Amino acid sequence: MRYLPNTAQNQRAMLETIGVGDIEDLLVKIPAKARLARPLALPPALAESDLVRHMRGLAARNADADGFACFLGAGAYDHYVPSPINHMILRGEFFTAYTPYQPEASQGTLRTIYEYQTMIAELTGMDVANASIYDGGSSLAEACLMAASITGRTEVALAAGVNPLSRRVVETYVDGPGLKLRDVPSPEGVIDIDAARRVVGGKTAALVVQSPNFYGCLEDVAALAELAHAAGALVVVVADPVNLGVLEAPGRQGADIVVGEGQGLGVPLSFGGPYLGVFAAKNEFVRRMPGRLVGATVDLDGSRGFALTLQTREQHIRRAKATSNICTNVALCALMATIYLSTLGKQGLARVGELSTAKAHYAAERLGAIPGVGLRFAQPFFKEFTLKLPKSPERVAARLAKQHILAGLPLKTFDRKLADCLLVAVTERRTKEEIDQFADALAKAVA
Amino acid sequence: MSNVPADLKYTREHEWAKQESGRVRVGITHFAQDQLGDVVFVELPKVGTRVRAHQTFGVVESVKAVSDLFAPVSGEIVEVNAALAQKPETVNQEPYAGGWMLVVAPSDAAEWEQLLTAAQYEQFIAEGGH
Repeated sequence: MRYLPNTAQNQRAMLETIGVGDIEDLLVKIPAKARLARPLALPPALAESDLVRHMRGLAARNADADGFACFLGAGAYDHYVPSPINHMILRGEFFTAYTPYQPEASQGTLRTIYEYQTMIAELTGMDVANASIYDGGSSLAEACLMAASITGRTEVALAAGVNPLSRRVVETYVDGPGLKLRDVPSPEGVIDIDAARRVVGGKTAALVVQSPNFYGCLEDVAALAELAHAAGALVVVVADPVNLGVLEAPGRQGADIVVGEGQGLGVPLSFGGPYLGVFAAKNEFVRRMPGRLVGATVDLDGSRGFALTLQTREQHIRRAKATSNICTNVALCALMATIYLSTLGKQGLARVGELSTAKAHYAAERLGAIPGVGLRFAQPFFKEFTLKLPKSPERVAARLAKQHILAGLPLKTFDRKLADCLLVAVTERRTKEEIDQFADALAKAVA
Repeated sequence: MSNVPADLKYTREHEWAKQESGRVRVGITHFAQDQLGDVVFVELPKVGTRVRAHQTFGVVESVKAVSDLFAPVSGEIVEVNAALAQKPETVNQEPYAGGWMLVVAPSDAAEWEQLLTAAQYEQFIAEGGH
């Protein structure tokens, strides 16, 4: 889209048309204290080479996963991004701020989305996946609304192990429709089945289980699904699709809806986004699904083609009764995931999972052997675990950052009872040397 | 020319209603299905749900529009046409027979008298039907 400048003459004509004397008159409703009373204090323009040097200098002040050994996770992971991804997504047909969905003009884009949906459906073990949602948090929130709409029930039971940042997105989404969130406690790192049985009942639209959960622990999804289904509730499973090359697909453990953050599938960390909201469901619920769906069809000549389908669920047709406010997807991030999965293949994805979990277990063993340090929960984990430290996790993390090690996430902000804990993630990118250096540095920091 | 059976009653939202031994069978009219075009999905409530006259009870989707379905009378739903889930096109093919949508046990007999007669409905659609 072109930028259209307007001249002083244009402005005068527009003001005259609407009967306003001055542009300032349009701004009188804004309180004076909220307005900047002086011009923006911008430095003079730089020559391009000076500007590049300036920006590089600013960028160098960031701690990123290339310059640091990154043991941070908690929902976003430092998995390797294969080079074909960047090469392919920069093609002009794909690299646009606007996702072209018109079938007559965009068969390539629609096909990549269709392939993405197919791969996600297969990975999650579900019948159908949508074209993606903004991020894992919004996927989960949409799943809660969808479960309420399917069941006609008004409560959602959320496991304590659901990522607290996603939980906050859910809180925002359910506020309008007036759904009530009920907590299912996880005192020992995983859901207490008896507590779940007490919370899940006739008003429960869905039981939401994340596995591995925020603390890294694997939940007994099948048992929880059985419990929820017995109460007539749906089961929403939050999963990290990168892990599904190794871990059982949630669809085969009883999930009705599977959501998750797909960032690990070749989407760079990028200091927090844009990411990829994965969303998949059973076929019987397809008409209640949010977001865009690409379907395969045939054209007049009988050739295979792709088009958006089931759009009557969506806001531009169903208006107030739409299943969701989302009429778009994160097509470029979904494309990254598609290229990632195609590049790695089934064996490659399984290898990423195997390496991540093997390295995480090695790290847990090394770190847990440090005097005073130990695993907080005695539960099976995958690539992330909660470490109990004898000293302030915030101080330890700050000290290790000076040695270019991002030690993990101190959990105090999220749960006061875990104020002495650090959440540590280990991906296939971490080397044995990095893990050993981390262990040595941690031993010194807590000594 | 629209098909408006004389033994049925009608709403201004283009539903038909039929008395069947104290119960009321409901569907959409020939005129409605013709205006909608090919029906691809009908969303119906569950048996046991209570509906109120002039309130929506479901949604019908065609290839070009989505329309609310309005209850002609108040009462409890005692039957829904589950066959429409697999064959929504029945609404186009036989709107007054196999394309029926639900059966209501009415809670207020007076509402029946409020509905349009076939003659009134024919006049209504002749005037544009809006």
